[in-house]
Amino acid sequence: MLNNIQEFYNILPIVILGGGIILSVFIELYSQKSESVLPWFSILIFLSAGFYSLLTVANESIVLQNMLSTGGRTNIFYFIFNIGAALVCLLSVDYTKKYGMNYGEYYILIQSSVLGMMLMAGAKDFFMIFLGLEIMSICFYVLAGVNRKKEKAIEASLKYFLLGAFATGFLVYGIALIYGTAQSTSIDIITSKFTELSGNIIFLVGVLLFLIGFSFKIAAFPFHMWVPDVYQGSPTTITGLFSTIGKASAFAAIIASLTALFSGGFQSLFLPYLSVLAVFSMLFGSIVAIAQSDIKRMLAYSSISHAGYILIGLASGTPVGVAGVVFYLAVYTFMNLAAFGIISLIEGENDANLEIDTYSGLGSRNPVLAALLSLIMFSLAGIPPLAGFFAKYYVFIAAIKSGLTWLTILGIVSSLISVYFYLRIVVLMYFKERETEITYSKSFSGMLGVVISVLLVILLGIFPGSLLDLIIAYL
Amino acid sequence: MTLEVILFILFGLICIISAVLMVTRPNPIISALFLVLNFCSLAGLYLILNAQFIAVAQVIVYAGAIMVFFLFVIMLLNPEKEKRFLEHKPKLKIFTIVVVALVLIQLIYMIFLAHPNDSMTNKVSESVNAGTIESIGREMFTNYVLPFEAAGYLLLAATIGALVLAKKKFE
Repeated sequence: MLNNIQEFYNILPIVILGGGIILSVFIELYSQKSESVLPWFSILIFLSAGFYSLLTVANESIVLQNMLSTGGRTNIFYFIFNIGAALVCLLSVDYTKKYGMNYGEYYILIQSSVLGMMLMAGAKDFFMIFLGLEIMSICFYVLAGVNRKKEKAIEASLKYFLLGAFATGFLVYGIALIYGTAQSTSIDIITSKFTELSGNIIFLVGVLLFLIGFSFKIAAFPFHMWVPDVYQGSPTTITGLFSTIGKASAFAAIIASLTALFSGGFQSLFLPYLSVLAVFSMLFGSIVAIAQSDIKRMLAYSSISHAGYILIGLASGTPVGVAGVVFYLAVYTFMNLAAFGIISLIEGENDANLEIDTYSGLGSRNPVLAALLSLIMFSLAGIPPLAGFFAKYYVFIAAIKSGLTWLTILGIVSSLISVYFYLRIVVLMYFKERETEITYSKSFSGMLGVVISVLLVILLGIFPGSLLDLIIAYL
Repeated sequence: MTLEVILFILFGLICIISAVLMVTRPNPIISALFLVLNFCSLAGLYLILNAQFIAVAQVIVYAGAIMVFFLFVIMLLNPEKEKRFLEHKPKLKIFTIVVVALVLIQLIYMIFLAHPNDSMTNKVSESVNAGTIESIGREMFTNYVLPFEAAGYLLLAATIGALVLAKKKFE
């Protein structure tokens, strides 16, 4: 129950999304042209929820019987999720038509998944983390297989579902053990009891299982098996959704639940797990990505290595590290959305034009697209002055400040390796000619989505302080 | 011996025997029927613990809805090849045994070594009230109203997803 009207204003982003989903269901039910109305309606909902949460970032409170936090970091995450989802909808408008899957339900499922992410990011109770994760995951399983004509999409959907259910099993077992030892699912109560609980082996096993469950969702190294196949088989725009805000929401839930790590001196407790995962994810992702010939698979391995860099920020265990992580997630969302947006524009019928070799000669044939893709590749590789550089910079600085210099050095080595496969695409586009002509689909809305994402990456590169100051002020 | 202890031993024995029989039967339909028996005896154990609502939900949802659904799927798919599934995959069998052993060790540790009931109250009157539908409903609409609504959205998303995946017409 809400105690006053101010609390209602504070949870308005969630109310907007929840109301939007119900309205969309009715639009789908009664409108003949629902599939051309719903994308724009969804974008409207996402933009209003996103900008409202950015404007009310100062309204920090805990509402609904200690279930949800509002304002501050939560609202910054709401902003990232909603803007990312609006861009996904913008990219999807023509892409779904190209593949004959432009149903209204596609957009309703994207809205529902964003609602789940928002509940995860704002959760103050393990109940909410679990429910939010399930809302998001169920929408993702369906969205991966929404193109039922494609066998690979069905395989991706099934693989994602089975491994996702496996991960959820770990997560629920972990939550059960935590609840059994702490006698509460409230994150605040568990955090306040953390000192006495950290000596209890059952509690520690519970936390470990909880982290393993989320390691699946962020695609960190030993739990990454599903990533390449799922990212490759799913529709490209949906892959953009999984790999950006889907991953960001899992990190948001880890940050929301491990507040003990960032307020007390429990860094050393989590450090072995987080640093081992970080090192293996970075190096494995970067090295295996070199051998890929399919661009979506390459970006899948690159997303594994990016999960490693973000884990460095978590491993540092300081508020500065968390601020770096949030900034990294924002930048990574816009970078990857732009990359997958460009792929979705170039992609042809029946998985055509997905080989990296088809990008050769793009520089002379479609200079605008080639220039945008090069900018994104430079940013993903972490070359200044683009946003990707500052994202890595803040995470590495936080790690050095907490005395994790060895982890930082391994991170720099890994990002040097990754320069090879990012820049290979740029080299192919500008320095190699292609014999056969390929046709690119022209899409105004898709191009608009890509340009907005690239602009955000450039702006965050030139003025990284604008977002970072906000994150640090409301951490 | 009080009636409570006799009932506990009775339901507990049925539970264990039906679980063992369920795992060892080669025919999946008979296995599923033993699982129904297992769920029903588990509901009896819940009743002894004063958890009436969970007991009823266990019978209606698990033993009723889910297991009937399960039986239909088994009968429609007629899994002849899968009957000897584990014998074709010896590695999977080892994996299963390891997982079961881990869970067993953890349960033994929890029950005998970790003293889980130190911080629990064993006031019978309170537990009787906590298990009623009335008190569960009150909790659901006051303290747990947000998880309740979120579960509603979860079911809505799952319904829409099932419709998308199973839609007949496809252009």
